[in-house]
Amino acid sequence: MIAVVDYDTGNLRSVADALRRIGAGFTLTADPAQLLQAERVILPGVGEAACAMTRLRERGLDTVIPRLKAPVLGICIGMQLLCRWSEEGDTACLGVFSARVGRIPATMREGARLKVPHVGWDTIGELRTPLFDGIDEGAYVYYVHSYAAERCEATVATTDYGMAFSAALARDNFFGVQFHPEKSGRTGARILENFLNMKG
Amino acid sequence: MLAKRIIPCLDIRDGATVKGIHFEQLRQVGDPVALGAKYAAEGADELVYLDISATEEGRRTFTELVSRIAARIDIPFTVGGGIRSVEDAARLLDAGADKISLNSAAVANPTLIDAIAARYGSQFVVAAIDARQIDGRWQVTTHGGKHATERELFTWAREAVDRGAGEILFTSMDHDGTKNGYPCETFARLAELPVPIIASGGAGSVAHIADVLTRGRADAALAASIFHYGEIPIPQLKRELRERGIAIRL
Repeated sequence: MIAVVDYDTGNLRSVADALRRIGAGFTLTADPAQLLQAERVILPGVGEAACAMTRLRERGLDTVIPRLKAPVLGICIGMQLLCRWSEEGDTACLGVFSARVGRIPATMREGARLKVPHVGWDTIGELRTPLFDGIDEGAYVYYVHSYAAERCEATVATTDYGMAFSAALARDNFFGVQFHPEKSGRTGARILENFLNMKG
Repeated sequence: MLAKRIIPCLDIRDGATVKGIHFEQLRQVGDPVALGAKYAAEGADELVYLDISATEEGRRTFTELVSRIAARIDIPFTVGGGIRSVEDAARLLDAGADKISLNSAAVANPTLIDAIAARYGSQFVVAAIDARQIDGRWQVTTHGGKHATERELFTWAREAVDRGAGEILFTSMDHDGTKNGYPCETFARLAELPVPIIASGGAGSVAHIADVLTRGRADAALAASIFHYGEIPIPQLKRELRERGIAIRL
């Protein structure tokens, strides 16, 4: 069973639609028992980190998610929540990944200004892990975010926007993508399929 | 590198796609879901669906159409037209819209931008601005260009961003439907704002789009008729833009 964590943060609909398009059955749930039994867990989310963490905590999921043994995929805020800490609301997160999440600086090294949020299609590189099987270096994925995870030992893909940040993270059975595979056309569908098909 | 976006715009009236010439003399061009899916497959980076009948006639955007779009389309899409309240925006978010665009209602009630952005984030709110140039001043219009307002384009765009709009979609009513190109100097000035700018209204050739993405410093170009009538197919447009050295997703 594929479980999509339903913790009242918005974009469940687009993840659900994307799973339907690739023919994957799933359950929307916030029930710890169901999550512990699931073969795959997807942690989506849009919105604000502190608020999203509160919603996980209210459902007791802050202790359940780090203990999951099946492959887990955090998307956007979902990935940020798997990190150690977010500057957004000075939020202690789940700590699965050691990275900290910071606001994307609006000023670049050379003093040039950068638009924040980082919105649109950007390239991913330095691709590692089965998540990116069949995906070329420099493939485009869709981003909408103002905060990004720093590079760390779990970084398995990067994107440059003013500075290189973690486009994807992986450690043991945990994966996270900052971009939106559910909105990234064929590339995104392939990444979701890779996640669903990898050896659990 | 962040790609410049190519965004086909589908104007919707009574559930069908139309494209107006100067927002009048509406002509029907196809089924919105099928047309959107075709554009996505051809390489469109995003889609905008505007319920142009909604503002004029006080009708609500068709939520049911939005859910069908969300189920089928695997790229982001924005829905606009007739959004007057946080509840309208919430309904469209639930139906699967990635962003909503506010136009007339935000001009009448600017705090609507604050309210929706506070609840769903700036990334969800596009401020769509229509304006025409009168004696050198860009005057904001509403209701598909029918109503003139006292607002001035740059001041209003800045205010919309300050209130929480995450993108600005600007249409020059002087250029829309003419196929004579975009007002690039105006776009270059809007590009000073800290959010992405979507250029709309006036594209007639690849050169026009290249111009607004470079000289006009726009982050995205939105067009309708050149795509709907097959005058410039999206794959050809994107190839030619890339050949001109513009960052484009192929």
